[in-house]
This record gives sequence, C-alpha cells and structure tokens, in this order.
Amino acid sequence: MPSKHDRYKSKYTTDRRVPGAFEGETITRRRFMTGGANVAGAIAAASFTLPPLALALAPVFEAGTKRWEVAGPSGEFPDDNYIPVTITVTPGIGQVGKTTVYVRKHNPELDTDKYDRNRPYIAISSRCAHAGCPVRWVSAAERFACPCHGGVYDILGKRVGGPPPRPLDRFYTRVRNGQVEIGPRYSVNSELKPFSPRGPGEPLDGIGQYVYPAQFDEKK
Amino acid sequence: MPKVPSPPIPQALKGLPPTPDEVTPGTGPSDHAKEAGITVVDWIDERTSLSGTGRWLLFRKVPKGTNWAYTLGSATLFAFLSQAVTGVFLAMYYRPDATGGAYESIRHITSEVFAGQLVQGMHLWGASVMVVLVFVHMGRTFLYGAYKYPRELTWVIGVVLLILTMVMALTGYLLPFDQRAYWATVVASNITGTGPIVGPYLADFLRGGPEFGVTTLSRFYAIHMLLIPGLMIALIGAHLYLVSKLGTSAPPWRQARKDTQFDTIEA
Repeated sequence: MPSKHDRYKSKYTTDRRVPGAFEGETITRRRFMTGGANVAGAIAAASFTLPPLALALAPVFEAGTKRWEVAGPSGEFPDDNYIPVTITVTPGIGQVGKTTVYVRKHNPELDTDKYDRNRPYIAISSRCAHAGCPVRWVSAAERFACPCHGGVYDILGKRVGGPPPRPLDRFYTRVRNGQVEIGPRYSVNSELKPFSPRGPGEPLDGIGQYVYPAQFDEKK
Repeated sequence: MPKVPSPPIPQALKGLPPTPDEVTPGTGPSDHAKEAGITVVDWIDERTSLSGTGRWLLFRKVPKGTNWAYTLGSATLFAFLSQAVTGVFLAMYYRPDATGGAYESIRHITSEVFAGQLVQGMHLWGASVMVVLVFVHMGRTFLYGAYKYPRELTWVIGVVLLILTMVMALTGYLLPFDQRAYWATVVASNITGTGPIVGPYLADFLRGGPEFGVTTLSRFYAIHMLLIPGLMIALIGAHLYLVSKLGTSAPPWRQARKDTQFDTIEA
C-alpha cells in the first residue's frame, strides 16, 4: 500500500526499489542512457526528414514574380468589345505557361463601379471562377461562356448564370510607350472590389475572403 | 464420436514405408540436383526460419462458404503488381519535361518503342481496372460484414489504400501531358483549393506554386512513382499480415452449427 508521501519521490530511485538505482538519484543511469539514445535517434531522423519537407512545402510560402507583358498598341483595343491576347504567366514551360486575357479600353458608361474608374484598360482572365476551365468571349451575346459546367458572365465579368461563385478574375493594366501592358492577376468580389488572387471556386463575398485566405506572401 | 471412414488408399501407398537404412540414395545427376535444391532451401531455412512463415502465410484454414468473391483482394494485389512492373519499365523511357519532352516521350513510347504501346496500354487500362477492383473488393467486404471485429484495422488500412490509389490515379493522369491531362490537373488542383481555410495552401502544395508551374509535372511524377508506391507497399504488407493473422470471415449466410458441442467447465 503506497503511502501518500510516495508521490513526492521520484519514480526511478532506490526509494522505489528500482534495480540499478543509487541513493540520492532522481533517475537511473540506465533510463538516462535510453532516453539519450532515443533523443539522438530523433535528432538524426529529423536532420534528414525536415530539410526535404521544407523543399516540398516551400512553394506554399513563395511569392510569384510580378511580371508585365505587352498586350499590344493602345489604339488597338475598342471600348465595347474584347480582344483576346495571349500572355505568358509562368515563363520557362512553353505553351503551358501561357494564358488568354480578354482586353478592352475603359468605357465610362460600362465601368461605373468605383474600383474601375481609374483603370485605363480592362483585362479579364479567361480562367472560369468555378473550376478554372477556359471561358470564351461571345461578342454577339456579350457574354463569357465556360464549356465545362455552363458558367456565364456578362461584359464586366460578373456572373449571370451557372455555378461560378464570383466574377471572372482580372489583371492590372498600364500603358507604357503607347503599349498596353498586363500585370499581375487579381480577384474581385461581386462588387468588383479587388482582392489578392484566389483560386477558382473560392467565393469572396461575405465570409468567403476569410474561409479562403490569401497566399502567405500576398497582401489582402 | 462417430468414426470417420478412411479414404481409399492406392495399392502403392499401402504397407510400411522403408526405414532410412533400407533407402539407398540415388547416384544419378537428377538425384544430385534434387539433393542440391534441398540443401540450398535447408541452408536458407536454418538461418531464417522462413518456411514456418511461409506455411503460416499460405496454408491457412479458410471457413466454409468461401467463394470466388474472396479472390477480389488477390485480384487487386495483382493489379497493383502489374502497375508496379509496367510503371518501372515505362519510367525508363518517360521524361517529366513540361516544355514538351513529356508529351514527346509518351509519343515515342506508344509509336516507336518495341511493345511500348502494349506496356503503356497495360499501365493506362490497368489503372482503371485497379480502381474498379478496389471498389468491388471494398463492396464485398462491406456486404459480407467482414469489416467487423476483429478486422476493423484491416478495413481502416484498406480505406487508406483506397485514398492512395486515388492519388495514384490523379497524379498519373497528368503524366501523358496532353490537353486532357493538363486541364484535368488544373481542375483537380482547383477543386483541392476549394477546401475551407487549408484548401488554398493544399492546392499550392500540390502544384508547387500559385499557378501550374515549371515543377508541377516533376512534382506529380515524384509523388506518382516514389512517394505513394512506397507507402502502398508498406500498407499492403500490413493489410496482408492482418489477413493472415486474423483469417478470413465466413459469409454472413453461414450459421454456426447449433449442435456443436463445446467443452464446458463443470462447476
């Protein structure tokens, strides 16, 4: 029957009649060596598993490089219809790194949203906001149509039908030396308020911007 | 206890076998070959005791009512082995190069390499066969109630193997690197991104960046041929160990015999 004083004593001492324990020890040498060997093994294993793990996880924390691609002469783009432009988003992998962007001049009658007033050109991403399939601009209907699941957007890229949870993404634009240049992509909510780029299928209205956080290196 | 009638014994087997001193060892080459085989097996067995393990693994008792549905697990295992063998040899010709080398190497395999179309086809169609077999095997286990005590852990490992099989199907789909492969992977990684909170980071991890990038293809290739197969081999080993350890269950329509006499301890 252990007395209540036993709990103030170490579990591994001669008081408890542990073999190999000496007077005054709080831990046996055998137990200390076992623990030491385990820790050494853990350090050795961590030293070759953690660096490769960092290698695999690094892209999650890395910033994409901000690039500006020339779309064409500024006079080439009308303000009531889109011109498809192919730009390179990811250099170094050929065709796979390219994407189609629909570009038109800013139209004061159309682009009445407060976030759009100062953009000289409107550049709409062809990636559907539902699953990332390529949408096509149908100028006769003034609609963007997605072939995969029937997502439909109006001339501003706002959803008018189908499953997409937010409008089409956009690209920053600027004019340099008479050439329209297309910069980084950004996402918009249903009021066309800009957010850092999100993946398709991630809503930005309501709590959406918190449920689908921005990348670590991006500002909100 | 009624006496079981003894089976008919062929004439040649009747009578006492010869005692060791009556046996004269043969001296022909076939006798030497036979002797050499036995010597090699004995030499290994003396040092490993593998024959006991082999007997334990292969000569198990199976319950009455065992039927063809019980072969679905073996069928899945052989589908996996087929994928492993064909995959190893396809890897000798495949190049995970996103700038066009991947597509070109698959075209080379299917149109120029001897038997390349056959092996690539075996791997391509075998993938579908394996997914189907995994589900049918799982359905058999579920409908027969074979997941119940004490086989729950076998079921749980099987579910992990199902998920790994799906990861193999997903990562392998990108490797031909044609339009279908590319867009399927774009959509699949976007679907991954729609998971709340962690989804966007998981998608970045899968792609190796915010967009389909330079290393996405090699990342998928490494996951497909190094990471997941190793995990699957280990888990298939655990799955088979549990099958051997616990035995298979009888089908649910087999009832325990009511008239079976169990030994009871007299009070």
